[in-house]
Amino acid sequence: MPVTETSPIIATAPQSELRDDYLKTLRCMILSRTLEEKLGSLYRAGGRIVGGVYLGRGQEAFSAAAGIHLRWGKDIYGPLIRDQAGRIAYGEPVLDTMRTYLGAVTGPMRGRDGNIHRGQPQKGYMAMISHLGSLLSVVAGALFARRLQGRLGDTAGATSIGDGGTSTGAFHEGLNMAAVEKLPLVVSVANNQFAYSTPTSRQYACENLVDRAVGYGVAGHSVDGTDLLACMQVFRTAFENARAGQGPQMVVGRLLRLGGHGEHDDASYVPDIKKHEHEGRDCLIVAQRQVIELGWATATEIEDWHKNARREVDKAQAQASKEPTPDPYRENWHALSTPELVEGMNE
Amino acid sequence: MSITYLEAIREAQFEALRENPNVFLYGQDISTFGGAFKATKNLSREFPGRVFDAPISEDAMIGMAIGAAIEGARPIVEMQFADFSSVGFNQIVNQAATLFWRTNTTCPITIRLPSGGTPGSGPFHSQSMESIYAHYPGLVILSPATVEDAYWMLLESVKLDDPVIFCEHKFLYYHLKAEGFGEPMPIGKARIARPGRDATIVTYSAMLHESLRAAEELRIDGYEVEVVDLRSVKPMDTDTILASVARTGRLLAVGESFPWGGVTAEVIARVSSEAFHLLDAPPMRLNSKDTPIPYHPNLWKSHRPTTANISSALRQLLRY
Ligand SMILES: Cc1ncc(C[n+]2csc(CCOP(=O)(O)OP(=O)(O)O)c2C)c(N)n1
Ligand SMILES: [Mg+2]
Repeated sequence: MPVTETSPIIATAPQSELRDDYLKTLRCMILSRTLEEKLGSLYRAGGRIVGGVYLGRGQEAFSAAAGIHLRWGKDIYGPLIRDQAGRIAYGEPVLDTMRTYLGAVTGPMRGRDGNIHRGQPQKGYMAMISHLGSLLSVVAGALFARRLQGRLGDTAGATSIGDGGTSTGAFHEGLNMAAVEKLPLVVSVANNQFAYSTPTSRQYACENLVDRAVGYGVAGHSVDGTDLLACMQVFRTAFENARAGQGPQMVVGRLLRLGGHGEHDDASYVPDIKKHEHEGRDCLIVAQRQVIELGWATATEIEDWHKNARREVDKAQAQASKEPTPDPYRENWHALSTPELVEGMNE
Repeated sequence: MSITYLEAIREAQFEALRENPNVFLYGQDISTFGGAFKATKNLSREFPGRVFDAPISEDAMIGMAIGAAIEGARPIVEMQFADFSSVGFNQIVNQAATLFWRTNTTCPITIRLPSGGTPGSGPFHSQSMESIYAHYPGLVILSPATVEDAYWMLLESVKLDDPVIFCEHKFLYYHLKAEGFGEPMPIGKARIARPGRDATIVTYSAMLHESLRAAEELRIDGYEVEVVDLRSVKPMDTDTILASVARTGRLLAVGESFPWGGVTAEVIARVSSEAFHLLDAPPMRLNSKDTPIPYHPNLWKSHRPTTANISSALRQLLRY
């Protein structure tokens, strides 16, 4: 399988064709950043958010460019820790994020799980568990079932992993299996150079993660994760290939995590010099400059998008804050869906 | 028509595939080869495109089944040996077992674990894993001891909307035969395999047969020992156990798995805490020894409970 290097200069699709999707994606990035800034400040203020806050700052372009290629209710998506932007682009309402972080029972996880561990599997939107690497085979299985049932059609699946997560056995097993089954799966590998505090030099010994694609027998793509246009191009190609039956596509994005592992972490272990390297650019600033240069939007429009995003986030926060949190006395405490098999039910 | 325990498992899978197009089988060497034990013999021919060979990737196999179940499929996953399910442990206990509770999405997968010891199988092809999985909320753990249960409970597992760990015993595969499948009994209910009034043995899987033989030995001494076959380890039918202990006043719990914690400890704990007043003697338990499972038959026979040491435990219990 070819390993394609995509750079912004060698466009695989004419730029003009990408315009509409690009603008949609950029707005998702803005909404995501606005939402995450709110989550960060709620966390720092204390009280409202129980548990951790894990943000995707600096990874919005790479994440949203994948998410925008997925159709809510049709395609399968298994996002991970840094995929707030991808989730928005896929179609998850901001309100669901707020509800989950604030533990509202009205949210998809009903207070039973929180923060990034959310989804609606019945709709093809998988809810990650913490164990890295383990979601890949689940997304693959969903695609496998659709094919078995004769309703795969042009469905695609997508999931993400970080540089650290690629070291798990589960990731290896899952990708190998998906390749054997030649499933229409796009795997985003966000190489943000750190796994919590561990640099990639302690994570793997290969030159570049994309080189692994050949070993798995899947197509490999590599992209500058700070460049929205490049990300749009590479994911468009990857999804087209996947939907056309060419098997799994592995897209490796080079970037830097612009923040701590979670909001509890000051990331003091990230050397300052990294922040000044190309990968340390803020993809949102880059995209906002890019969109003006391309003549696709004006500074005023961008400012309006930010305003709208703030309004949407504030509204979601106001609503989720009013909603009830779980009541242990109304919880049925059933881990099984078959009531007759729940122990102690006859007592 | 005499049918073995293994054939019952094959027949149940045949029937499951026949009844529901959403059922498929996934496991190592299970397609044209028919599986390491031939539990899927001919099924790939009888149901083309429904029986798949899997790579040696227990984690991905279970993960894949979970994803498929989310999309409405009802996969049956064969672990080549129960022992190898440890590699898929994370997907079982963290992904499958939590799915319904976390997301209100059901997870109808059946994971077949060829379990337990046979002579010469050694430390890594002999394990009984039911206690490990029973520890986790969100799983149903079945341990059929009869040909009838092997058939009906497997068929029922596939129909359940919850993940089932189906612990089938390899020692029973060829040894155990029955004339037909009889009538189904509901999952979650224990069965009085032999009525008695002097002592109760609570057991399951292959140990049922050792226990029945021990009960027979004790009959010669004039004792009537009641034997309860749990059938389902989780949920555990505490009512049937307590009712039996109420009749006999004495309890011996027998299991083939390792002695630390586990199913027999759970039985003792429930009876001690809920029916201490019914006991005429301290409850006893018998498990394998606390070492890895030995390879050589001489050692293996002494490692697991047998008719002989169940009988001597019973005598001790009855003497108290
Ligand atoms: C199997 C497993 N081991 C450990 C952890 C704890 N953990 C959570 S995130 C993380 C770092 C992940 O790094 P990476 O995959 O590079 O993703 P990033 O956080 O950089 O986006 C670790 C070690 C985990 N979630 N799963
Ligand atoms: Mg990382």
